[in-house]
Amino acid sequence: MDITLQAIMSQALLGLNNGAFYALLSLGLAVIFGMLNVVNFAHGAFYMLGAFVALLGYDQLGRWLGDESIRMSFWVALIIGPIIVGLLGVLIEKTMLSRLYKVDHLYGLLLTFGLALIFEGVLSNYFNMAGEPYNGKPEILEGAINLGFMVFPKYRLFSIVLSLSVCFAVWYLIEKTKLGSHLRAGTENPDVTRAFGIDVPSLRTLTYFLGVALAGLAGVVAAPIYSVSPKMGSDLIIIVFAVVVIGGMGSIMGAILTGIALGLLEGLVKVFYPPLANTVIFIVMALVLLWRPSGLFGKEN
Amino acid sequence: MNAPVIKLASVASLQKKKTHFTPWIIALLLASVAPFIIYPIFAMELMCFALFACAFNLLLGFGGLLSFGHAAFFGGAAYLCGHAIKHWGFSPELGILFAMLGAAILGLAIGSIAIRRQGIYFAMVTLALAQIVFFLCLQLPFTGGEDGLQGIPKGHLFGLIDLSSTVSVGQQQLPLALYFFVLAITFGGYWLIWRTVHSPFGMVLKAIKENEPRALSLGYQVNRYKLATFVLSAALAGLAGATKALVVGLASLSDVSWHMSGEVVLMTLLGGMGTLLGPLVGAVTVSTLHHELASLGSWVTVTIGVVFVVCVMAFRRGIVGEIAYRLKRSF
Repeated sequence: MDITLQAIMSQALLGLNNGAFYALLSLGLAVIFGMLNVVNFAHGAFYMLGAFVALLGYDQLGRWLGDESIRMSFWVALIIGPIIVGLLGVLIEKTMLSRLYKVDHLYGLLLTFGLALIFEGVLSNYFNMAGEPYNGKPEILEGAINLGFMVFPKYRLFSIVLSLSVCFAVWYLIEKTKLGSHLRAGTENPDVTRAFGIDVPSLRTLTYFLGVALAGLAGVVAAPIYSVSPKMGSDLIIIVFAVVVIGGMGSIMGAILTGIALGLLEGLVKVFYPPLANTVIFIVMALVLLWRPSGLFGKEN
Repeated sequence: MNAPVIKLASVASLQKKKTHFTPWIIALLLASVAPFIIYPIFAMELMCFALFACAFNLLLGFGGLLSFGHAAFFGGAAYLCGHAIKHWGFSPELGILFAMLGAAILGLAIGSIAIRRQGIYFAMVTLALAQIVFFLCLQLPFTGGEDGLQGIPKGHLFGLIDLSSTVSVGQQQLPLALYFFVLAITFGGYWLIWRTVHSPFGMVLKAIKENEPRALSLGYQVNRYKLATFVLSAALAGLAGATKALVVGLASLSDVSWHMSGEVVLMTLLGGMGTLLGPLVGAVTVSTLHHELASLGSWVTVTIGVVFVVCVMAFRRGIVGEIAYRLKRSF
């Protein structure tokens, strides 16, 4: 086998890129799980919707407004995408999820599973399952950059930096700010928190908005790299679940670090033994669970 | 914590009930005339899904464990059965037994990892482990990759009865030999589940579901009970999957995918989890929905999704559970 250092490095960076997406998605899942005790099966669908906001904003918005020259730029999509997806999340949380907090947590999982089917099914009717390319990649991110030891596409570098910055910003928000302390208090003991005059239901809505918006953001960032298709979320969601289980469910830092690490690992396995690349994350998960059932960063109970 | 005590008492009173054979006989009669009325292949598929849903419900409805990876046993057994019959020349009954054994071993492996966690964690762990099985089925040399394992022969039951034979009734050619073989398997499987639920083992299982710490403090080896139920449920799901592979002559990736795991959860939820008849009704409803709406393309997925949401939001008892609740009886 002839494997050059360059091949390894480029796969490692591609893996890091995937890892950044895993981190962003599993962070959203961990936030929602940690605060609401809901396993958000619709997370992949929200990711897919984020990508579709970018795609439709660029290709179709002009036609809808009657002026073909209007296009939503990538930078605008980066802001609008998460907001639209987040607002859809707020609607769902207010009308459905909030009624399930008092029953078995499994119902939250089943509800979001049903929602995922609905989103995926509706979009499958209008769009090609094979996926459509997003052409709105900003010019400044076209081309590649010479890192000294290798040449790497600018956009991928951008997406790694953006995803990781957002991850650490969210970690800071939850672990170090007052709002974050209210969020955590609301999870630990909703009744006492409410007695202190903090509006727990609004906090929950805000949490779901935040978690789902992260998925939407990941979708927008992914649009120029992967083809945009109704299926793109359902393929990814199971991997992200595995990442969250390995990291320890509900652990914010666990989700981020595990996401990055597993993306890297997957990239490297792709160099040395490609058939194993799809499975390696699940094998790691099985091993971690045998050794530490609550995950790498989870609290033992 | 008074509620569990009352529930445990009602479980104990179940034990005193006499067995009523009438519903069984009616069901058998109905099932015997079914192939003359509906398309027999569809009827056989219905039975396989119904058995799958009942096996799943044994775990969820009676053990309180939501496995999101049951497709691994259903689809995995389909591959094992297909391979054993097609390439090793196993007879159909041996092929199915072999696949069932394989599913049980797989269930032991996945179950012993998964029962280390509870509730949602359990669901996610089973989902992810089932995904390993999915990738194995995609990549192992004998599975045919994306195309699946095709052209599985039906063979001769016990070396005597040709399962591919048909009987002409009026204008139609009905595969009655195969039909009654599948019917026997479905009833056998269902009877086993019914026996398990009404045995002392089933009582302990219910006690664990109602209040695990209490069962633990009573000295029951809770994890052993859970694992045994998991293995039994996996083996029966495998039985259903292997039989389906024999019926349609095909083992495909869709049977091992997580969508199938979701489908069986829906069947159970819609019919009524924790009821014996519920999964049967749910499986028939969901399969018929698929069958009737097939021309609508992706709107089937949307419809199934809507049914899911409605069940969770407004109909958590399910069809049979709701009827049982209104009539204050157990089914």
